[in-house]
Amino acid sequence: MEMALAPETLARWQFGITTVYHFLFVPLTISLAALTAGLQTAWVRTENEKYLRATKFWGKLFLINIAMGVVTGIVQEFQFGMNWSDYSRFVGDIFGAPLAFEALIAFFFESTFIGLWIFGWDKLPKKIHLACIWMVSIGTILSAYFILAANSWMQHPVGYRINEAKGRAELTDFWQVLTQNTALAQAFHTLTASFLTGGAFMVGIAAFHLFRKKDIRVMKTSLRLGLVTVVVAGLLTAVSGDTLGKVMFKQQPMKMAAAEALWDGQDAAPFSIFAYGDVSKGHNSVELSIPGILSFLANDDFSSYVPGINDTNKAEQAKYGPGDYRPIIPVTFWAFRWMIGFGMASFAIGLLGLWLTRKKFLLPQHLRVGEDEVPRLVLFRNKALSPKLSKLYWLVAIWTLGFPLIANSWGWIFTEMGRQPWVVYGVLETRHAVSPGVSQGEILTSMIVFTALYAVLAVIEVKLLVKYIKAGPPELTEADLNPPTKIGGDSRDADKPMAFSY
Amino acid sequence: MHLHDVWFVLIAVLWTGYFFLEGFDFGVGVLTKLLARDRLEKRVLINTIGPVWDGNEVWLLTAGGATFAAFPEWYATLFSGFYLPLLVILVCLIVRGVAFEYRAKRPEDTWQRNWETAIFWTSLLPAFLWGVAFGNIVRGVKIDRNFEYVGNVWDLLNPYALLGGLVTLTLFTFHGTVFTALKTVGDIRERARKLALKVGLVTALLAVVFLVWTQIHGGDGASLVALVVAVAALVAALAANQIGREGWSFALSGVTIVAAVAMLFLTLFPDVMPSSLNAEWSLTVTNASSSPYTLKIMTWCAGIATPIVLLYQSWTYWVFRKRIGTQHIAAEAAH
Repeated sequence: MEMALAPETLARWQFGITTVYHFLFVPLTISLAALTAGLQTAWVRTENEKYLRATKFWGKLFLINIAMGVVTGIVQEFQFGMNWSDYSRFVGDIFGAPLAFEALIAFFFESTFIGLWIFGWDKLPKKIHLACIWMVSIGTILSAYFILAANSWMQHPVGYRINEAKGRAELTDFWQVLTQNTALAQAFHTLTASFLTGGAFMVGIAAFHLFRKKDIRVMKTSLRLGLVTVVVAGLLTAVSGDTLGKVMFKQQPMKMAAAEALWDGQDAAPFSIFAYGDVSKGHNSVELSIPGILSFLANDDFSSYVPGINDTNKAEQAKYGPGDYRPIIPVTFWAFRWMIGFGMASFAIGLLGLWLTRKKFLLPQHLRVGEDEVPRLVLFRNKALSPKLSKLYWLVAIWTLGFPLIANSWGWIFTEMGRQPWVVYGVLETRHAVSPGVSQGEILTSMIVFTALYAVLAVIEVKLLVKYIKAGPPELTEADLNPPTKIGGDSRDADKPMAFSY
Repeated sequence: MHLHDVWFVLIAVLWTGYFFLEGFDFGVGVLTKLLARDRLEKRVLINTIGPVWDGNEVWLLTAGGATFAAFPEWYATLFSGFYLPLLVILVCLIVRGVAFEYRAKRPEDTWQRNWETAIFWTSLLPAFLWGVAFGNIVRGVKIDRNFEYVGNVWDLLNPYALLGGLVTLTLFTFHGTVFTALKTVGDIRERARKLALKVGLVTALLAVVFLVWTQIHGGDGASLVALVVAVAALVAALAANQIGREGWSFALSGVTIVAAVAMLFLTLFPDVMPSSLNAEWSLTVTNASSSPYTLKIMTWCAGIATPIVLLYQSWTYWVFRKRIGTQHIAAEAAH
């Protein structure tokens, strides 16, 4: 009980809860901003109404998500000071800078232009209004980059020295912090995974409408856009994941050994598919693995040596003094597998969908009843199978909509838990990072408050999403088709109701 | 001038920007109960700040991030020390942001009413608590030799700080009232101007007591000048409101906020968070700041980014410069 409620444990739980919750919304925000911008660009270029209806539909879902992303992000910035004041004192010189950059360069951008986009439909000419959503999209990506650069510094500290007199780390090369390979690989991996998330979200919802045979024209376009996004982003996520993995094998050998439950270093190390470990004894009782693959993942060489948990622990003890430098192995091991498993599954379903919806496999136009009929998948000569097959695919797509969200969450749990007991790898241990002046009661209070609030907000958010998803794309009005020609709106419309109001 | 002095000024500027901008949208939030007669008028009020409140709030996030980067010790002591009030502020900001975005997303009456109630309370509480926080910073709190806050939450609720809270609450409400008069048409505009007089007088009374108290406690010549400017601008804002010059009135209530925040920071300097236990344990611009290298990078970033931010944020206000009234609320939305 003592340990379970120790301030450090509570602060870690709170950080985990708030961060994972925040990160449910971030990837959707990043990808839906760009996808909405793409659809709106298609509208401006082609004037095909289905693109405007799609823009309004996906834009609405994007707004519901970004609202939650923004408000839960506020907690992230403040909890470093609230729960982790000794961390803040020790690394503020380095870690604070990218956070301040994020606010000044990215966050102002994003939040100002989002206001312009939401309320600007009847105040801005078409192209300027379109530019606003692109600005939002750029803002979300920049924002992610600065945060990931800050996080990468915790994974692999560079460009600093320790000032013994002041008892803190000080920045010596900011450019290195922003451009070190950890930051670039992590940004690449997180951004591609974000697009995988948004793509799968789009595919699932489009499939839902096609399943119900509603808004077919808009949803066919959305389905294809989503599928292409899933496949391209999925491939890049795998490539970037491999790149990031190789970086981590070099920089955080303990994390990767733990990810594999590889107790003792060996040549031609196997990739473990399933393992049941006994931490106290330091070996796995049951294991299923493929030889050589881990060595290949780490070093591009099937027979190379990969250090294990026990060797790394000994090496770290020699370097940093006595102690246990192992993270919680089962969490790291399974988090790594869930991340890859759910991510890959989502990619596979996207790939299958893209293959199935090729023109060749669709019921040809002349055999369909109307233009608004859902195209059926015809894989075999047996046409009776085709409606069943189509339905099955739509159902699979709907039920796997959230797979990348699960993968993202486990990805962060893996990244952060795998670094323990360090908060800054090799530099500062987590137990030395918590606020010494904050009481157990205070942290417990805030944890209960945030968790309860987040739970209530989750219910509200899901209900709203479901409502707007079911409602489908809106019908267009006169105002939608006649955007203003002047900034600030046309004077003839002075007393007209606003196109968008709270 | 050392870079840490520059950053002291920049952080003062960020807080000033935050209070100037979010000040009026907090005020408008409070007015939804104080001024609006019905649902339709509440909607008009919320729409006056709709396109801008989010951008306004980023000034706070920037102030927080900049404090983290430029004065890590200050950030650490302040945010861990003022734990529970900050928790309340954070909860308010979360609920408030969601309330603005989600209120119109369902047509049901109870749904919208609940979010409107949320907007009122989550605007009122932070407007009050920021004043309490700054009152405590200026007055000094129990900080030990390790720069840790060793007081408790009740120490923060002292008369001076509570008065500070009432000043920010009334001042922001006044600022929001003159903003409403500037941004609306029709009946609500007239009533906003009438209400501005009442709120303004209460604000003036509280602000004079608080600022004079501050001046006596730790002021100097420069802070006295700021005090005089703040009070004069408040009086002038009231006068401008009376003769119907709404733009001037809003600008002048803004000057009041700028001068009042400037006065607090002038009183503070060179401390950033004085210790009430021992003057030697106070956090100052020198012992709380980052290394010169970090400050140099931050200065470059702020020097380039801030003018651009000001430019596009001003543009937003220009795009949405038209006054709005009840006739601008779409019939189908007016349940």
